[in-house]
Amino acid sequence: MLAHPPRTPAESLRNRAFRGAAIQVLCIVIALLLWQLDDHKPLGPSLLYSLAIGNSCWLFIDLGMHGLARLLNPAGAAGGHWPGWPGMVIIVAVGSVAGYTVGSSLVDHFTGFTSPSLFATRSTGIVTLLAAVGATYFFYSRERMHQQQTAAEAAHALALENQLKLLQSQLEPHMLFNTLANLRVLIGIDPERAQAMLDRLIAFLRATLNASRTSSHPLAAEFARLADYLALMEVRMGPRLRVAFELPAELRDCMVPPLLLQPLVENAIKHGLEPKVEGGRIEVSAQRHGDDLRLAVRDTGVGLARVASPEATTDQGTHYGTAHVRARLEASFGSRARFELQAAGDAEGGTLALIVLPCPAANAPTA
Amino acid sequence: MNPTALIAEDEPLLAQGLQADLKRLWPELQITGLAGDGHGAVEQALALKPAICFFDIRMPGLSGLEAAQALAEDWPEGSAFPLLVFVTAYDQYALQAFDAQAVDYLVKPVEPARLGACIERLKKRLAAATASAAPQGMDRTLEQLRSLLGGALQGTPAAPRLEVIQASAGNLVHMVPVDEVLYFEAADKYVRVVTAEREHLIRLSLRELLPQLDAQKFWQVHRSLVVRANAISTALRDDSGKVFLTLRGRPERLTASRLYAHLFKGM
Repeated sequence: MLAHPPRTPAESLRNRAFRGAAIQVLCIVIALLLWQLDDHKPLGPSLLYSLAIGNSCWLFIDLGMHGLARLLNPAGAAGGHWPGWPGMVIIVAVGSVAGYTVGSSLVDHFTGFTSPSLFATRSTGIVTLLAAVGATYFFYSRERMHQQQTAAEAAHALALENQLKLLQSQLEPHMLFNTLANLRVLIGIDPERAQAMLDRLIAFLRATLNASRTSSHPLAAEFARLADYLALMEVRMGPRLRVAFELPAELRDCMVPPLLLQPLVENAIKHGLEPKVEGGRIEVSAQRHGDDLRLAVRDTGVGLARVASPEATTDQGTHYGTAHVRARLEASFGSRARFELQAAGDAEGGTLALIVLPCPAANAPTA
Repeated sequence: MNPTALIAEDEPLLAQGLQADLKRLWPELQITGLAGDGHGAVEQALALKPAICFFDIRMPGLSGLEAAQALAEDWPEGSAFPLLVFVTAYDQYALQAFDAQAVDYLVKPVEPARLGACIERLKKRLAAATASAAPQGMDRTLEQLRSLLGGALQGTPAAPRLEVIQASAGNLVHMVPVDEVLYFEAADKYVRVVTAEREHLIRLSLRELLPQLDAQKFWQVHRSLVVRANAISTALRDDSGKVFLTLRGRPERLTASRLYAHLFKGM
């Protein structure tokens, strides 16, 4: 029912010990209450009966629950130890009757008292049943809370890890230090251009650090961030890099996850154009096809054969980049978005990375 | 005579910056060549024979390390091998492999003080070389290149072993068991796959193929040549340090470069 990481044996034992202690406290409280209500009886036997009945109820209900859960779900593990409410109602009812009968007969046997049968004293029976239902519900809620908490913790850890990976991939040291080295030279020979380059770097860094805080931004902002990054690369690569953007005005406000295209542009540079002696062109474009938004990053670099080679995957650049894009599309759009990486189909060669995602928001006005 | 240097750097501003810093800190040094890619760096170095080479590690064409390897293999006998200085933004394996003795390295952005220390080291090495005219400089350089290239190779994770080479010729695909291959030779963007009977061309670079081969069975003996060890019949070393190999089942002689000559020693 709830997906949750299994408990460790130590946790399991601690959980059981807690339940045991809680049962004993419950039994003592019930004994004290009954003793309070009926002051003819001595406290000792009341305590004895209460403890015996409570513990046998626990035994029967616990065994019944585990048995039924295993019966319904022979594979174990995944479903945990919870057989579902309908089964549980029967188990609590039967377990209470059996627990009362066995518990009271045991005390009868060892002390020589005779306790009335369950059906003769309705009040004791009702108290037993109420206590069993209460305890079961209490343990159930506690377990559920524990599972939700661990699931939330796991999701949080995963999100943090993803954020860190994204940051690491975008603040790649090779890119950062080469950019700074270029900046250092520019400051000496062309301070104005150096300032412009620094502004681009600042915008790029700010966008990268902020990307994890918002879930979407307009396509125009996405293109502006790519322009910052590519402007830095243009300074570095000089005439080896040419850049073209195509963003139709009506698509500027389409919302997309921030920096979705960034890893694809980085891959186009790193695995497509940087290894190519004469360099080449990179084109980033957006188009509408019906309700679909098609985002394309195309380069005229060395092509996919190299990208798929073991050499290119050494630093996990390609794999991480494309896996990251896939994961983000999946998280934002489920199966309604898709991602393809293919050889560009014309004479110039190179690679085409294509994202297709639903964008009905900017459709023809509804009114 | 003033010392000469070659700068190989694919980012134009960085090449310009290094050149300016060198001019300021070492006015006597003449920058005789600038190259923007690995192949250009090798060609220019062979043509200009500079005393010092500044090689960027990440360049298109050949990496700085590959360019140094090509240079060591093709460097003519009798002239002094250049002092190599590698320049890198962030390549950890390269830094770890250096023990910063004969060859130096610089990290980008290059600080003037660090460049000054590098210049002092280079001046000392140049003075020592002219005083003794000792040829052991080459041996030391070879040794270092070997360890650098070894470090670079260890950085690549072991790819799944290739059992069969699929070589297509028109519509026909030849399935060539790897164990029947005598040697692989790089030829432009292809690799020649040579067996006892015939040869095939595959569209793959030697660099891409290498991690998929068993390094115990297939030995790299030159930057463009990988030979199956048990197909080698004899190895003959000449005075320049090159080794000529004869094969079982093929008439041609292959040449192992001096970078790999250490593989062929009597037991």
